Parts: sequence; structure tokens; C-alpha cells
Amino acid sequence: MWRGIRDEPRLFAVAVVGSCLFGALVIGQAKVIGWLVEALVVPSTTGGDVTAGVMVLGASVLIAMGLGRVLAIFGRRLGAGFMQFALQAKYRHEVTRRYLQLPVSWHQRHATGTLLSNANSDVEAAWFPVAPLPFAVGTVFMLIVSVTVLFAVDWALALVGLVVFPVLFVMNVVFSRRMAPRQAHAQHMRAEVAAIAHESFDGALVVKTMGREDLETRRFAQRAGELRDALISVGRLRGLFDPLMESLPFLGTLLALLVGAWRMKQGAIEFEQLVQVTFLFTVLAFPVRAIGWVLGDLPRSVAGWDRVEHVLQATGQMPYGTAALPGSGAAELSFRNVDFAYEPAQPVLHDVTFTVPAGRTVALVGPTGSGKSTIATLAARLLDPDQGQVALDGADVRGLSSASLAATAALVPQIAFVFDDTVRGNVALDRPGVDDDRVHDALATAQADTFVARLPEHLDTQLGERGTSLSGGQRQRLTLARALAGQPRLLVLDDATSAVDPRVEARILASLRGSVQTTTILVVAYRRATIALADEVVYIESGRVVATGTHERLLATVSGYADLVTAYEKAEEERERERVYDADAAVAAEEEEVAA
Amino acid sequence: MSASAVTDTGRSESAWATFRRGVSLSPELKAGLAGTLGLALIAMIGRAAVPVAVQQGIDRGLGGQNGPDMGVIATIVGITALILVVTTACGYFMMRRLFTVSETALANIRVRTFRHIHDLSMLHQQSERRGTMVSRVTSDVDSITQFIQWGGVILMVNGGQLVVTTIVMAFYSWQLTLVVLAAFLPAVIVIRAFQKRLSGAYAENRRRIGVMLGAISESVVGASVIRAYGVSQRSGAKLSETIDDYQQAQRRAMRISVTSFSTGEIAAALALASVVLVGVRLGIAGQITLGEMTAFLFLVTLFIQPVQIATEVLNEAQNAVAGWRRLLDVVDLKPDVADPAENGVHLPDGPLDISFERVSFSYPVDGEPGPRVLHEVHLDIPAKTRVAVVGETGSGKTTFAKLLTRLMDPSEGRVLLSGTPLTDVRFASLRSRVVMVPQDGFLFDATVAENVRFARPDLTDVELEQAFTDLGLLDWVQGLAHGLDTPVGERGEALSVGERQLVALARAYVADPDLLVLDEATSAVDPATEVRLQRTLDAVTRGRTTVAIAHRLSTAQSADEVIVVDKGVVIQRGPHDQLLTAPDSTYAKLYASWLEQTR
Repeated sequence: MWRGIRDEPRLFAVAVVGSCLFGALVIGQAKVIGWLVEALVVPSTTGGDVTAGVMVLGASVLIAMGLGRVLAIFGRRLGAGFMQFALQAKYRHEVTRRYLQLPVSWHQRHATGTLLSNANSDVEAAWFPVAPLPFAVGTVFMLIVSVTVLFAVDWALALVGLVVFPVLFVMNVVFSRRMAPRQAHAQHMRAEVAAIAHESFDGALVVKTMGREDLETRRFAQRAGELRDALISVGRLRGLFDPLMESLPFLGTLLALLVGAWRMKQGAIEFEQLVQVTFLFTVLAFPVRAIGWVLGDLPRSVAGWDRVEHVLQATGQMPYGTAALPGSGAAELSFRNVDFAYEPAQPVLHDVTFTVPAGRTVALVGPTGSGKSTIATLAARLLDPDQGQVALDGADVRGLSSASLAATAALVPQIAFVFDDTVRGNVALDRPGVDDDRVHDALATAQADTFVARLPEHLDTQLGERGTSLSGGQRQRLTLARALAGQPRLLVLDDATSAVDPRVEARILASLRGSVQTTTILVVAYRRATIALADEVVYIESGRVVATGTHERLLATVSGYADLVTAYEKAEEERERERVYDADAAVAAEEEEVAA
Repeated sequence: MSASAVTDTGRSESAWATFRRGVSLSPELKAGLAGTLGLALIAMIGRAAVPVAVQQGIDRGLGGQNGPDMGVIATIVGITALILVVTTACGYFMMRRLFTVSETALANIRVRTFRHIHDLSMLHQQSERRGTMVSRVTSDVDSITQFIQWGGVILMVNGGQLVVTTIVMAFYSWQLTLVVLAAFLPAVIVIRAFQKRLSGAYAENRRRIGVMLGAISESVVGASVIRAYGVSQRSGAKLSETIDDYQQAQRRAMRISVTSFSTGEIAAALALASVVLVGVRLGIAGQITLGEMTAFLFLVTLFIQPVQIATEVLNEAQNAVAGWRRLLDVVDLKPDVADPAENGVHLPDGPLDISFERVSFSYPVDGEPGPRVLHEVHLDIPAKTRVAVVGETGSGKTTFAKLLTRLMDPSEGRVLLSGTPLTDVRFASLRSRVVMVPQDGFLFDATVAENVRFARPDLTDVELEQAFTDLGLLDWVQGLAHGLDTPVGERGEALSVGERQLVALARAYVADPDLLVLDEATSAVDPATEVRLQRTLDAVTRGRTTVAIAHRLSTAQSADEVIVVDKGVVIQRGPHDQLLTAPDSTYAKLYASWLEQTR
């Protein structure tokens, strides 16, 4: 809360001044009413003199006070509202900036739905009480003035105020204490419901193809039910508190009437003073609740803020260095004794060492789940090794600046990610030096030029969220073009053409071969043609480098490698044998039949 | 036709119409309404009790000859206090009931909307931003909840207070009551005009929240790409813009809301001043007592307050109504691939044959049919056949699979399974007999076992292990950190892409379908595993119909029949060997380049 005031002191000041002005005018109005009763109402109903001048004056004062209140309201509400919005926007900026800075390993540990609600509803909740805060401050001011006014009128009536107002405070505090855990629970359930919805809609296709809509709905309904119970529990407490808070000032008015009548009997106060005081209690009933609003929302705000702070204070253990890699042309990539584990005690890579010399192409081959993608990810420094070192041109990648790293190495991941942007935006990414010519060249090399040319607005076609309007193969070619457009010195292809059909892939490989003069390539591959493109093969199994060498040598010496790359041929031979066997069997059966 | 286009065109439906539509969709809201309203009515009376007590006190207790009569005053105060206690209790019970009923109703509509989004066709789902769909079942419902817990009660109580106050005022002096109403009438008209603008402003607010959430989700999901290309500045700038846009919209709505609120304040001042002016004249004429006049000044305040608060709450209501409307628009969206449910039939028992009758399909572009991706495809596939569909990227293979599994309906022609048109088949029957494994093996954030059980929740551990054994994947599963209990992470990201496909395949296998459609389901699996899988799949799918979309022609080689698709037309079909006999055919060329790449 203090942080909010510190961040937006001017808006807060405007709002508080407006609120205090409003409070002063409310009390002023009570005094004016008291005065009008004395000067106009009493004489008029008891046959006394009423002058037109006083009437006009009274009416003008009331209207002038109304206009003053309008001014005060503008100050209070616009100030408070703008302050709230400004704070929400500020912390949304900060949280999302943090998301963009935090390393991939951090993102892997946090669910998308949670991150979304951190940036949205948690930020909103954190600054929710800021809106009624100036009103509450103004009300406190108003209460102090009221009590002062009451003392000026009569000590006994002031005592009534001193009883009623503190009781209001105490009730508010008790309320917020009891509300805190309920609100926190409801907020937590909200996030859970959002996470389930997000995941379920993400996997909508699987849900649909498996016909599991009922199951998913039950899963969602269970959480929605828990959220409902949490909200009902919040509502019940509010249902108890609200009517109490409303009737307490009314009871205060009655008490004032009783005490006032007694004091009047004693001759301590006049009739109009009694009216003034009772009127004051009536108009104070509503503003006092603003304090309740602030206190009531405070727990939710604190819970929201805690989650926001968790993001803001999350430290990525992957700061970039400052060094820029000198030189140009192809870069050398080397892994030195690299160990890596996503989860402690579950190592994925052990002591991985290999080098891709500048300008050469190395194929990374291994069975499913052997750690190829992890190596590719480490090569682009999306992750850091637990032990050992990944180096570009001999320099540890941890020392390189973000810009230098991005300009040097480009990773084309297995699953293509397309931004909600145009084709041009997706390929160029506004990188310096990537003009339309480069975009066209890159699209041509990636064999994406033909389908882009067929799109309604070519380079300017909007691709929609995640590029859902494109096929899987088209998305892959687009992301390959994105990597090529930056003319990287190291290109890491992680099975980046898995959704592309053979003929198109052959063309991609051919054009890559024609244009790879200045690039080092590390390619995760299964296909012979891709492997053939490589000067050397690194074969891994279960996170260990088993063998390094030319394709021919590995084929001859490493049985696991040979099994992997010749799987199709062997399968075909086997089928051939089976067919021959089946045919023989059929012939034999026929002969037998004939014989019989 | 995009769903967002439907919801965003924002038919200028009135708040009242939305409310009625909403209530008719959630009839639970009406449960016990009479009782709740009755309690509310009693609660309202409490509001007018104090001014009446003041009037009574002044006229009967204070106006006496010997100064205030404490006995009378004490009686009046006592009775009023009692009334207050009773009305407060009624207020509590009223709110309890209201919250319970409304939260229950909203939870139900939340669940129904969730279900409905799943019932929408794949095309609808894809045209919506994911963040937008999520906000339908989260923030949109929350805005209604928040409104009811905050504003709904206030609106109800204050509406009643207005009525009760007006009655009491009219009882004291009809002339002054007319004066008060006259002072407020212009304000009411002006406020109504503001409501319209506000409603537009809040709709814009919601829209911009959706865009903002979309941008945030893109930066979270695409975090690794953004980092790899060092373009966090660019993504950050885009994101910032959406955040600022939303802030602008919030400010605009606030300005309108405050201006509208001020109108009420001016009217209040006018009313008070007029009451003093007219009241004094009435007093001179002897038509009103001192107590009545004083009570009236209190009552005007009690009249002003609810009007003010109501304006406030009505503003909030606009927000809730906007959320409600968007919710209802989704619920009202007719699923274009609808489940015939009870009107439908079950697929005949036993293996399924497939026939496409002159099937054409074009994806809609901006609500209009786009270019055709399938042209009058006409073919029959006998039951128990294993078919491979091959063709270049963009030839229509995946569309074929989606039509076959009724993820979409053909633009023209029809698809039949064992003679039954797909559109007549109940989803319950269709989805249990026909299973597709999509290319992207989406996994839920649970363990391997739970993901496989997704297809058959009643599967025992033994059966589960047997399934992996059948597929020849037991060694692989046991090699995972915690075997079958290994958590796969969000979207399965703790596994490699190939491993995710293996789990997805096992999931489809345990579903035990009669028609299995594989859409490049093993594209990221290594060749040795793929070949092994192919062989085991052949064994376990014997006796059922299998359609495999593949660009790895190893699949085609082992299929009974290959269907070659090119530019939306079936150009060749037959067994692998037979297709190869025509050396210049598309298939022969595809195969040649496949050989070139794999040998």
C-alpha cells in the first residue's frame, strides 16, 4: 500500500484532497441544515418571521456546497481510479518484463495459467484497495472533525460519537481478520480454476478426439464447486458484517436523539444543535464503510501482492555476460564435460564432450529420449549446464551478451512457435539488418516461399495466435526461415523438419547445402539424407556420447547407430522375407491341396 | 466464421435483455427468490425507521410544554432499536440466501460454458484466442460474482429504500415529495444517457483485457523462442502496448462513470435546496409540522444516498453485464459440429468400413468459404484394412483425417462409417469407437499413467503395464525416472517430443477403438523405435481399421493400401508395390525421394 502511494504520490494527493474536501462539505452540510432549521423551519412552523433573503441565501449555500462536492468527487474518484489503473499497468509492465527476462528453466517450472493470473488478477487484487483508500483517509479526517464538532456542541453527545465510531473501527478490524483466510482461499481457488481451464482448452483436440468432454467437465466442475464454496463462505461473512455496519450508525443516531433530548431537558443544548448532531450521524453512516472496504480487501490485496512479488523477486540464475564474440563467419561450437539434469538426481546428460568445428556440419543422432533436444537447447544457451562448459569460438557462452548470443546462434526447435503477427514480423522479428530481401531469401531456402506467395497478403498476412492457420509443416518452414534470416554463425536444427514431407525436405536440404558456406550446423536428425549432409556424426545414448566419427565409420563400428539408421531398410528386408515366406507357404499349401 | 467475430460485434443489446437472457439460462437464480425479496423488504424498512423516529421524537417528545418528555423519547428509541435489530437480522438472512443461490447458479453456468467451449468445433476453438476462452470461464464469471457480492445487494436494498423512503415522504407531504422527484428527474434522464456510453466503454475494456491476456500468454508460451532470438525488447514493446491500451480504456470508462455520478450529486443539492424553500412556505401555511419537516430533511438524504449508490452500482453492473453478455454469447453459439445425442444412432458393432461420398471441404475465411482443400473425394475403405494416406504438405491429408473423425463436417458430400452417416452418430458412440492420435501429442500435467488413463479411467495398473508391453514400450517406460508415475510436466514438456508421442499412442491404444486414425503420430520418434512400433501396431491393430497419415513412407510400405492425395484430390490408390509399378507417378516420386533421404 505504501509502495503504491510512493509510486503515484501526485494522484494520491489529488484524491486525498478531494476526499477531505468532500468530508468537510458533508459536515458543513450538517451544520447548514441545523442552521436552516433554526433560522427558517422553526420560525415557519411556529408562526415566526421568515425573510426571503435568508431563504435565498440558504438555498444558494446548499447548491454551492453541492457543486463543491462535485468538484471533490472528481478529485477523489478520478485521482483514486487513475492511481489504481496506473499502478496496475506499472506492475503488469514489471511482471511481464520479468517473464521475458527469466530463463527458460524458470518458465519450465511454472504453469502458464499461473503466470497469466499473476500478471492479471493478482496484480488487480494487489491494487484493488487503492481505489477506496483516499475515500477512507478522507473519512478518517471527517470523523476527527466530527468528533471535534461534537465536543464543541456538547460533551455528552461527543461521548456518543466516541462510543459509536470506535465500535465501527473494532468491528472493521475483526471483520478483516476473519475475512483474510477466506479471501486468500478464494483467490487460490480462482487460480486453480483458471489453470484447469487453460490446460483443458490447450488440449481441446485430445479431449475431443478421445470424447472425454464429460471427464474434463467433471474435473473442472469439482474445482468450480470448491471455488463456489469459498465464495459463499466469503459472502456469508460479508452478509453478517454489512447489515451490522449499516445499522450501527442508525443506532448511533437513536442514541444521539436519546442523549440529546436528555441534554435539552437539562438546557445544555438547543433544538437545532440536536438536529445538527443527529443529521451528522445519518450522513456519516455511508462514508465510514469506506474504511471497511479498504480493510476488507486488504487481505486479498496482500495475497495478490505476495504472488506478484514472487515473480518480481524470482532470480534467474542465467544472467547474460557482457562480452561480444569477435570475428565473423562460421563459429566453432564445443561441449566440454557437460552434465545436465532438469530435476536434481535425474541426470539427463553425463560428461558430454564434442566439438563442431567452424563451418562444419555435425549430425546429432540418438534414440528417442536420449538427450538430443537438451543438447540443442544448451547449445543455444536456453539452459546452462550443471557441470562443464558450452563454448562458442572458445568463449564460454555464459560470458556472452544477449545480443551477441542471439546474433551468433539460432535454434530451430522441434515444435514451431509462431507469433500472432504477420509473416514478415515472424521471420524478421524486427532484427537490425533483416530487410525484405533477406526475408525472401530465407523463405526461399526454407522452401516456404511458395506457400507464402499463395497467402492472401503475402508477407503482410496475419498468422493469428500460434499461427493456427498454417499446417504443421508450414509452421516449421516458417521458423526455419526465421533462423536463416538472421544469418547465424551457428545454426542448431532440432529435428526441425519432422512435419515436412520428404520431397520438400530434400529441397530444403539441397538449398541449405548451397548456402551454408558461412554457417556451422548442429542438426538433430534421423534421416539418412540429413545425416549425409553432415561431415561428422555424434551418436548419443542415454545422455552419453557413445561415438563420434563419420557416418560410414559409425555404421561399421557402432551397432546401436547402425540399428537406428538402417531401421527402415531392415524393416523392408524383413517384410520382403515375410512376403517370400508367405508366398512360399501359400504355394506349399496349394501344392498340398493339389496333392490331397 | 470466427467465434470472436460473433462475440465482438457487440449487438447493442440492453442490459435488461442480457439480464433476462442470463436468468433464463440460469433458472436456479430464481430459487427462493420470493423469500429473499421478502427478507429484503423487511430489511429496507429499517432504513426508514430512524427518520420516522426523529419525526415522532420531535413532534411528540421534544415539543412538549415542559421541555422534552424523556419517557416518550425512550419508548420511541426503544421501539426503533428493536425494529433495527430485527431488520438487521433479516438483512443477514437475505444476503446469505442471495449469495448461496447466486454463487451456485454462477458455478453452474461456469461449468456449462466450459463444457460448451469443448463442444464447439475445432475450427471455432482455433479461431478464438486461448486466453479469451479462458477468460470466459474465469474473469467474466468473476465480474458477475463480484458484482453480486458487492453491488447486487446494495442495488436491491437501495432500490427498496428508494421506494420505502418515497412512501414515507409522500405520507408526510406529497407536495415536497413531488419537489424531490422533480429535482431528480432530469438527473435520471442524463444518467441513463451516460449508462449507454459506459456500457460501450466497459465492453471495450473487456475486449482489451482479452488482447492483453493473449499477448501475455504468447510471451509466456513462446519464452524460449523469444530468448533464443534475443527479441524480448520486441515482445516486451508489443506487450506494453496492450497493457497501456487497457489502461487507456479503464481511464475512459472511469471518466464517464464519475461524470455520471456527479449528475446525481447536483440533483441532490437541488433537491435539498428546493425542499427548504418549498418546505418553509408549507410551514408558514401550516401544512407541515416541525418534526415532519425535520424528518423530511433526513429523508431527502436517505433518498439521495440510494440514488447515488445505485448510480455507482449500476456502473459496476455495466461491467458485470458486459461479462455476462460475453458468456451468454459463447453459450448461445451453436456448435457447428453438433452431437445428435439422443436423436443419434450407435455405430454398428464390429470392424468399421469407411466411405467418402463426393466430399469437398473448404476452410472458412472471415466467415466465407475459402479455397477448397478437398475436391469431391469419393472412396471406400473396407473394414479391417490398414491404409496409409500420403501426399505433400498441404495436399489435404490432415483435413481428410479431421473429416473422418468428425472434428469437422464436409462442406459438401458426406462421410459414412459402416453405412451410417457420421452426422447421425452419437458422439458417445463415435468417440469410443473412433480415436485419432493428433500430430501434437498433447499431454496433461500429470503422470504418464494418468495420461494414459485419460482414455480409460478404469484401467488397472496391471492392464496399464500390459498395454505398454503390447506396444513394446515397457522398457522405455521403466527407464523413465519414476516409471509410469513419472510426471510429464505442463503440456508434457518434461518429456521429449518423441516420448510425448509414445504416451499419446499408448493412450489411443488403451481406448481400444475400431477405427484408429494416426495423424503423423510418430513423426518425432527415432526410426528404430518407429519400426518396432509399426510392427507391434500392426499386430495390435489387426482386426480393426487403421488410417495413418504419414510422410515417413515406411508406414506406407507396411500398409495394406496407400492412398495418395495431391491438391485435395485422390490421385492414386493401391498397395505400395503396385503403385511403384508406374515409375512416373506421384507416389513413385515421393518414394524415390524418401529412399534418397533414408538410404
